[in-house]
Amino acid sequence: MIPAGFEYHRPTDIASAIGILQQHGDEARVIAGGHSLIPMMKLRMADLAHLVDLQAIDDLRDIEIAGGEARIGAMVTQHELITHEGLAGVLPILREAALQIADPQVRYLGTVGGNVANGDPGNDMPGLMQCVDARFELVGPEGTREVAARAFYEAAYFTARGDEEILTQIRIPLPVQGTGYAYEKQKRKIGDYATAATAVLIGNGTASVAMTNLADTPIWSEDAGTALAGGDVEGAVAAMLGAIEPMADNRGPAAFKKHVAGVLLRRAIERAQQRAG
Amino acid sequence: MKDDVATPEDRSASLKGMGSSRKRVEDVRFTQGKGNYVDDIRMDGMLFGDFVRSPYAHARITRIDAEAAKAVPGVIAVLTAADLEPLGLHWMPTLAGDKQMVLADGKVLYQGQEVAFVVAEDRYIAADAVELVEVEYEELPVVVDPFKALEPDAPVLREDLEGQTEGAHGPRRHHNHIFTWEQGDKDATEAVLSEADVVAEEMVYYHRTHPCPLETCGCVASMDKVTGKLTVWGTFQAPHAVRTVVSLISGIAEHNIRIISPDIGGGFGNKVGVYPGYVCSVVASIVTGKPVKWVEDRMDNLMTTAFARDYWMQGKIAATKEGRITGLWCHTTADHGGFDACADPTKFPAGFMNICTGSYDIPVAYLAVDGVYTNKAPGGVAYRCSFRVTEAAYFIERMVEVLAIKLGMDAAELRRINFIRADQFPYQSALGWEYDSGDYHTAWDKALTAVNYDALRAEQAQRLEDFKAGKTRRLIGIGLTHFTEIVGAGPVKNCDILGLGMFDSCEIRIHPTGSAIARLGTISQGQGHATTFAQIIASEIGIPADDITLEEGDTDTAPYGLGTYGSRSTPVAGAATAMAARKIRAKAQMIAAYLLEVHDDDVEFDVDRFAVKGAPERFKSMKEIAFAAYNQAIPGLEPGLEAVSYYDPPNMTYPFGAYICVMEFDVDTGEHEVRQFYALDDCGTRINPMIIEGQVHGGATEGYAIAMGQEIVYDEMGNVMTGTLMDFFLPTAWETPHYTTDHTVTPSPHHPIGAKGVGESPNVGSVPCFSNAVHDAFRPFGLTQSHMPHDHWRIWRIANELGLHG
Repeated sequence: MIPAGFEYHRPTDIASAIGILQQHGDEARVIAGGHSLIPMMKLRMADLAHLVDLQAIDDLRDIEIAGGEARIGAMVTQHELITHEGLAGVLPILREAALQIADPQVRYLGTVGGNVANGDPGNDMPGLMQCVDARFELVGPEGTREVAARAFYEAAYFTARGDEEILTQIRIPLPVQGTGYAYEKQKRKIGDYATAATAVLIGNGTASVAMTNLADTPIWSEDAGTALAGGDVEGAVAAMLGAIEPMADNRGPAAFKKHVAGVLLRRAIERAQQRAG
Repeated sequence: MKDDVATPEDRSASLKGMGSSRKRVEDVRFTQGKGNYVDDIRMDGMLFGDFVRSPYAHARITRIDAEAAKAVPGVIAVLTAADLEPLGLHWMPTLAGDKQMVLADGKVLYQGQEVAFVVAEDRYIAADAVELVEVEYEELPVVVDPFKALEPDAPVLREDLEGQTEGAHGPRRHHNHIFTWEQGDKDATEAVLSEADVVAEEMVYYHRTHPCPLETCGCVASMDKVTGKLTVWGTFQAPHAVRTVVSLISGIAEHNIRIISPDIGGGFGNKVGVYPGYVCSVVASIVTGKPVKWVEDRMDNLMTTAFARDYWMQGKIAATKEGRITGLWCHTTADHGGFDACADPTKFPAGFMNICTGSYDIPVAYLAVDGVYTNKAPGGVAYRCSFRVTEAAYFIERMVEVLAIKLGMDAAELRRINFIRADQFPYQSALGWEYDSGDYHTAWDKALTAVNYDALRAEQAQRLEDFKAGKTRRLIGIGLTHFTEIVGAGPVKNCDILGLGMFDSCEIRIHPTGSAIARLGTISQGQGHATTFAQIIASEIGIPADDITLEEGDTDTAPYGLGTYGSRSTPVAGAATAMAARKIRAKAQMIAAYLLEVHDDDVEFDVDRFAVKGAPERFKSMKEIAFAAYNQAIPGLEPGLEAVSYYDPPNMTYPFGAYICVMEFDVDTGEHEVRQFYALDDCGTRINPMIIEGQVHGGATEGYAIAMGQEIVYDEMGNVMTGTLMDFFLPTAWETPHYTTDHTVTPSPHHPIGAKGVGESPNVGSVPCFSNAVHDAFRPFGLTQSHMPHDHWRIWRIANELGLHG
């Protein structure tokens, strides 16, 4: 459990960070909270010559609520997300989900940006961001661009982010007043990834449903959202269960996961409906 | 005098002796990060060793090329079996009479097996060099199922044993067979089974798990080439036995070997055995002349050092139609992995599995155990239990439940009518044990009353109705267990490890000013020996526990003993402590009589002093007596006040307990909630109630983990699927249930202070308790047996197969 040797970089601005990535190509990786990358390095499954730590870049730590959206810097920790009262007021689903990630020690270091950028199907934030229709700001040598969370995930650990790009900010449109929400997660224990998890928003004639760790990417189902917006709960569940492709692992066989996915989804929908109004 | 106004009760309380919830003296350093563990040891010029391990579960090794690794700056040596062979150390004896490769000798038998040992200037260089050792493997067919391993055409795992039809424990009937161990009366048992009113039959599997102590295994070996003395600091649960074994294996004279167990961060049986890392570190230190450290990481620990359980127990239990048990039959297939490295007393290749008649008066019984080789890591240690007692307790406590189903009886009542009665002790069991003492009915009734058993059953029945009516998706299960432990190994007449009798020892020295040091042959791994053994001495000789230093683990200073495992410290070393203290008290009595100018028989011990009989104001305190021992010339007495005792226990001790838990299960997700867990333990005389409570909490939490999720899983290729704490369940504070503890006290009649040991009881008792709650919840739908661990998907599968998902 000892990583191979690497050079450690700690730039203080984004431009320098991108410069380091450009210089070293695929030998370099950005590190945020490190909770996914460092274990992979210790297992020598990730072998990197250059590690670019973003924690000294102050611009990435802000949370702003303005212009009908929330802007969350990539280096905001799960703990900061949970304790931000403004966010809890306008996007309470973020706190509800983040509280179900690992344990307080992990949440003090684990970042929102790292969680969404890594492309790990086990992470909670990617599915959540698809549900709330977030957009990710990517900064690279060619400038800045935005990619919708719903278009970001291509396969496990493969995303729309270019090798020389850094995910700097997450922008989430604020749901209209009275939107019901719920995040449901089943896990074996504290610190585990989800056996199944789901994020649901319902209100004002619209609905959005996403699920986590039930395929090699998060699954947002437009059909499920449409059905749910029309009040068809079973239709929404059927659409979602048709979209997920769970794999057997130590958490259980695929049939079990599919069953649990349906149970959690119904529970989340019921809770979100109760909160809508 | 100030002393005169203190009542005997006050004086007694100030000693903090037996019965006092004295705070643990160890915790001052542990809670401040001031413990001194193996990995804290740093020495000038110390090197670090790390293993190249096999990625395959069964393969031939055709080539090892270490040149690239050796070329890394800072790499000192790379050892392979070829380097160890001239020393005769490429294989080593196991504690079970088998032998084990130290480094792969031509082939590997399990994933993670040690192939080469890289020695470097620091652990980072060693880890890099490990990656550069090239090993060519030729894969062989893998067997991870012990039943398939015994098929006629199964691959030969142990080619070194080819043609050997006799093993350490009798005949071998197949190339992957290790031993058959039979106990009891087969014919009589089968006769009872054939004529019984009712016979319940079930396969009960106790899955493979791992003790997973927080501190992994490791050592620092230091050969001083000037003095010729080898010192090894290590995570050893039995330091003296290690010294003798190292001497026998290496040929180094035993007086030139010093084994030191520093602070140990949990053992639970994982640190009893001798591992390749120890041998390689010693060899590397001898070769280089420098200290060599080896410390496992978590994955090494889970994948390669001793596992626990993996017992397939086929059972038959016979009873009258009224529910009186008339016979018990068990055939166990024991998966030992690639080498038989169980840590059991020599004559017990399946440990004390023959305690499987449990708490019940069963007139006739038969047990057979077949040990089998598979492509899994070796081990089979007693994970917080006394040599397979947990397997035995799980087996009988499941079989009783299965019988209750067959009889249509309440399982609590079935237990009650079959308990060994208090007036039957000492009780001869059908499988050869003499239970020293017990009062099971009293404990059982107290437990059932404490949880309000009848009300729980009524609530459960109501919930079942609600479930059937579609009002809830949660079922209630009530888990019952009455377990009997067998601990304190053990009498030298039938218990030894590698020929070393399983006595234990204590040496006490009283200093001139009345404080003391005591040294024991055991070694604490968190049990709190420095706290509790001082309490025994405090009560026996009247010196405050706070004035007594306790030392263990250094073979140059501690008296010889067989170490700490199997709940043996209190039954054996605790007895030695009391006996040594009594020798001191006897001499103190003579000194007091001399000082008081009366006959020896005219003084009596009174808490912390000897007083003249009938004249309590005339006394000498232990402090005064201690000083006199060092400054007075007393006719007929040697100066000084010291004693040593080597205690060979006349029998094992038999702690017992009644555990009841209430759980709820979500039939749709397989999730559970432990609503209540009540643990009544009878460990005889209670030395420190606070430490007992802590032991029960810790052991029950391990039991919870084992029953509800903890396992070592192999896939068909022999890959370990649970090599990290992501997949190997170790409960955090969040998952850990709340416990209610209770007790009865039935002292051991043969132990000097009546104590029986408690450290392992809660693991032994809680596993069947949790498991029985699962089975109980689904009993109304026809469930009789479902194997552990009862994690979410397996609970879900139970519900699914019973048609509860509509």
